[in-house]
Amino acid sequence: MAAKTLTIDGKEVSAEEGATILDVATDAGIKLPTLCHLDGVYDVGACSLCLVEVAGMNKLLPACTTKISEGMDVKTDSERLRKYRRMTLELLFAERNHVCAVCVANGHCELQTLAYSQGMDHVRYDYSTPKWSVDATHRLFGMDHNRCILCARCVRVCWHIEGAGTKNVSGRGARATIITDLNQPWGDSETCTACGKCVMSCPTGALFHKGSTAAEMEHDRDKLEFIVNAREKKQWLP
Amino acid sequence: MKLRVATVWLGGCSGCHMSFLDLDEFLIELAGKIDLVYSPVVDVKEYPENVDVCLIEGAVCNEDNLEILHKIRERTKVLVSFGDCAVTGNVPAIRNQLGIGNTENVLQRAYIENAQDNSCVPKADGILPPLLKRVLPVHEAVFVEYYLPGCPPPAGRIKALMVQVLGGQTPKLEGANLKFG
Repeated sequence: MAAKTLTIDGKEVSAEEGATILDVATDAGIKLPTLCHLDGVYDVGACSLCLVEVAGMNKLLPACTTKISEGMDVKTDSERLRKYRRMTLELLFAERNHVCAVCVANGHCELQTLAYSQGMDHVRYDYSTPKWSVDATHRLFGMDHNRCILCARCVRVCWHIEGAGTKNVSGRGARATIITDLNQPWGDSETCTACGKCVMSCPTGALFHKGSTAAEMEHDRDKLEFIVNAREKKQWLP
Repeated sequence: MKLRVATVWLGGCSGCHMSFLDLDEFLIELAGKIDLVYSPVVDVKEYPENVDVCLIEGAVCNEDNLEILHKIRERTKVLVSFGDCAVTGNVPAIRNQLGIGNTENVLQRAYIENAQDNSCVPKADGILPPLLKRVLPVHEAVFVEYYLPGCPPPAGRIKALMVQVLGGQTPKLEGANLKFG
């Protein structure tokens, strides 16, 4: 494959055609804030946190789904980008019911960590406080829709790592929701293998191990990395 | 001239004030530099005039909270939302999810369903401040200058902010000092 040369934050880099801006930035040691991105599954550009500026374009582009091109001039940090990233985070907090103090993932949550690392000290928008349910029908896992940010990591790992195809997205906009099979209670699912990869992938406390209480839920992302590494590189690293 | 500081406790659990007391020996240093003119820990009934800084714990849940908050805003230069309930609404605001009728629901739950004896919602005049239809974070009710999140904010975080305030700087918390929960 042909190599492309481009500039990221003033740094000249080259990478293979087909790589994304996020791939190249990561290789160059530039850390972009991401939330829906998960190593090992394809990107969907659902969260808009990795937005970057590309010279000559007015609109901001998600680094995770934008392929590099020859001569591209990318900026990953600016006043404008910080403004939009903070706005996006505030909107995520305002959209559903994220009550960190009583959340299973308190202290282990990617949304919470991103919020403070991006300087979010409060939410300027009115909280929409919608009514969402909790599916606790599965014998091992629970799904609290109040804490879901619709990143669809769980859907992607379920289809493309486990190959079960149990998790899906239904609906559109703010009323979109993660469903099990044809919108059945999780506990009734005949396709779910109870592998727990969805729980490992979840950035917030939306998916959790039953029995975990506030701040107890850690997601064991290492296990996913182990599987992906073994599959893609044939390396069985402990 | 000592800084005139107040702290107030709206719809919260007092955990933020407990954390304030966890400042330990810094409290002694603080006592030398400020006049605590109004607080749950001092015996002053009326919120005074000309307050420099007020730390506000708790969400805005009822008419009493709203009334004193407006008085505080009028009489205070700098307001700090103190803890997650003040900053986000936090646990007290969970009732907002119940939608219209949430106030009746919580009163029913507290005074009827969970009562062992004499179950009834208190009705005597002035005994129970009317609940707001929606619990608000402080900044949705009045303008707030600074935010001190955490449930509760750890003592070190309160100290970081107070040191900046005492030094006459614009308080700025960063990174993990802004963590909710």
